Amino acid sequence: MLTLGIDIGSTTSKAAIIENGHKVVAKNIIPVGTGTRGPEEVFKSVLDQLHIKRNDINRIVATGYGRMKFEHADRELSEISCHGKGVRFLIPDVRTIIDIGGQDAKVLQLNDKGLLENFIMNDKCAAGTGRFLDVMASVLDIDINDMGPRSLQADAPVSISSTCTVFAESEVISRLSNGENINNIIAGIHRSVAKKVGGLAIRLGYTDHVAMSGGVARNIGIVKAMEEELKCPIAVHPDCQLAGAIGAALFAYDDLTKK
Amino acid sequence: MSEEVIKKPKRKKSKSQLMASALLDKAYQETIEAKARGEKIGWSTSLFPQEIAETLGLHIVYPENHGAAIAAKKLADPFLQYAEAHDCNNDLCSYAKIDLAYADILDCDASNMPRPDFLLVGNNGCNEITKWFELLSRKYNIPLFMVDMTYNHQDHVTKSRTKYIRAQLEQLITDLCELTGQTWDPDKFAEIMKISTINRNLWEQVADYLAIVPSPISGFDLFNYMGPMVFTRGRTETADVLRQLIAETEENIKNGKSTFPAKEEFRVFWEGIACWPYLSHNLKTLKKYGINVCATAYARAWSLDYTPGDLDSLAAAYSFTSSNNILLEESVRRRKEWNEKFHIDGTIYHVNRACKVMVCQQQELMRQVSEACGGLPYMSFDGDQADYRNFSEAQFEQRIEAFAETMRNRKEALKNG
Repeated sequence: MLTLGIDIGSTTSKAAIIENGHKVVAKNIIPVGTGTRGPEEVFKSVLDQLHIKRNDINRIVATGYGRMKFEHADRELSEISCHGKGVRFLIPDVRTIIDIGGQDAKVLQLNDKGLLENFIMNDKCAAGTGRFLDVMASVLDIDINDMGPRSLQADAPVSISSTCTVFAESEVISRLSNGENINNIIAGIHRSVAKKVGGLAIRLGYTDHVAMSGGVARNIGIVKAMEEELKCPIAVHPDCQLAGAIGAALFAYDDLTKK
Repeated sequence: MSEEVIKKPKRKKSKSQLMASALLDKAYQETIEAKARGEKIGWSTSLFPQEIAETLGLHIVYPENHGAAIAAKKLADPFLQYAEAHDCNNDLCSYAKIDLAYADILDCDASNMPRPDFLLVGNNGCNEITKWFELLSRKYNIPLFMVDMTYNHQDHVTKSRTKYIRAQLEQLITDLCELTGQTWDPDKFAEIMKISTINRNLWEQVADYLAIVPSPISGFDLFNYMGPMVFTRGRTETADVLRQLIAETEENIKNGKSTFPAKEEFRVFWEGIACWPYLSHNLKTLKKYGINVCATAYARAWSLDYTPGDLDSLAAAYSFTSSNNILLEESVRRRKEWNEKFHIDGTIYHVNRACKVMVCQQQELMRQVSEACGGLPYMSFDGDQADYRNFSEAQFEQRIEAFAETMRNRKEALKNG
């Protein structure tokens, strides 16, 4: 039995196909999100990987910000539920999940059975989200994928005091004009994100089994800053960005097999 | 095929809802007519002891109630824009922004308030309102009568505070008689207190129906009856509205029906003021997951519990009613009691950008209430009582969906031991 999950975010589209509820057999990420070619393209690409068509998939669940607009889905589900389930599949003993996406940050608490127990999300402000890092990478004129490795080379991270994206941007520009080392600025930006999102985790309460998911979890500098902020190790799976899509595919499997 | 969009017919309003709207329209109209006759009319904060003005036969309108109506009818935009173009900071209370703009414009497509001749201010809701009404006082050059309701640092209103508030109320009676030329009638005052108490008891009776599982009432409906409770709770017509609502509810109970338009899966406590511009969106989203709002502290603030004829008890009741004027411990105690009484499955916290006082202790309230109620789930969303720009429909929907799941998981866990 094949089930497909698609996670249509604000900045990326992700899809995964799972066989019999336990094996990921196709997956892909397209770096454009809702309202673009991204959803259709990622959908087609995972079908092509298996040389199959829509009708060969037993059930499709869509999640993410653009889930309501995806016409191939049999069901839509919130990304909070899907991320919880997806990360639990990738990292079975996880109890606290920190998910930072393109435009929101959330912390999920799972119970000992892996069911969603509580959650907290950022407010309407974009600080601490992927968009915040996009803006900062643009100001620094570097590739966003280089931010993590470069921050590890910092010797004296600067303090970015503002949590507002717009004000932090001015602060970064001011640091640049003062000749501050870019690696130190990047490390400071990561600390700023870790403080903002770590605050949510502290407010909700967290256990030792913490994992990060979402695209921002691929940034090693953020993970390191978050570990320092929360004073505990944080697990990150290589497929962390696909957690929402995997969770959606697992829900699709549950729909077909439970009851 | 025709491109015509077929709109789903709106739910027919009940007789009690129509009576409530008619009563409000009448109260606004009477104030306009009183002003035209040359009588002095007042603007008042919403939790002010209306019993005194009602005894003197003075016509009073309530800017907060007016602002809520403007926002609910989606008419707030020009007022918000006007206020911000005329020196109001975006962060101010949105009721204040709407009213300060209205004070200049004095016209809207909802009910209108005539220009005031005096102002009545109680700071039991917040202190920003004192400054807002001071601005009105300076603008119109009219007297402002303020009753300092004192924040309560204990779990009750102390004798000295009661005495202090009572003395101010006695002074207010003298001042209002002097301003308006009216004579004070203690018997009529006792009668108005009695009518207000009858209305309070009826309001409690209505709210108590929400303790029945499943509830015969949609809790959101109560927001529609708050107008009369704020505006005309000293009048007998309000009792007529509430008795009609009670009769309709009894009929629903008899027939096994409810005004909640879906199967009730979850019963929640709504913390904070309604998000007026999105009332129907909020209800529609909650309905989708079978979530009925079965308790709220906000609507109960107008349920003033005092002994008719006893000015001390009235003074204490007004000081101790709003969540904004009491200690966190008392807020937690009340919520624990209501959560048990109304069989609540979770709490929805409206992080209201307009009301700093309500929000400042909310994080701690969330933690303590959940802890006091055995790990009761909760969620929060960003919104605003009247500024439609501070709310995101997609964020609300996403959180409600996940919240329903947390409540479902907890219910199943409790069921399975």
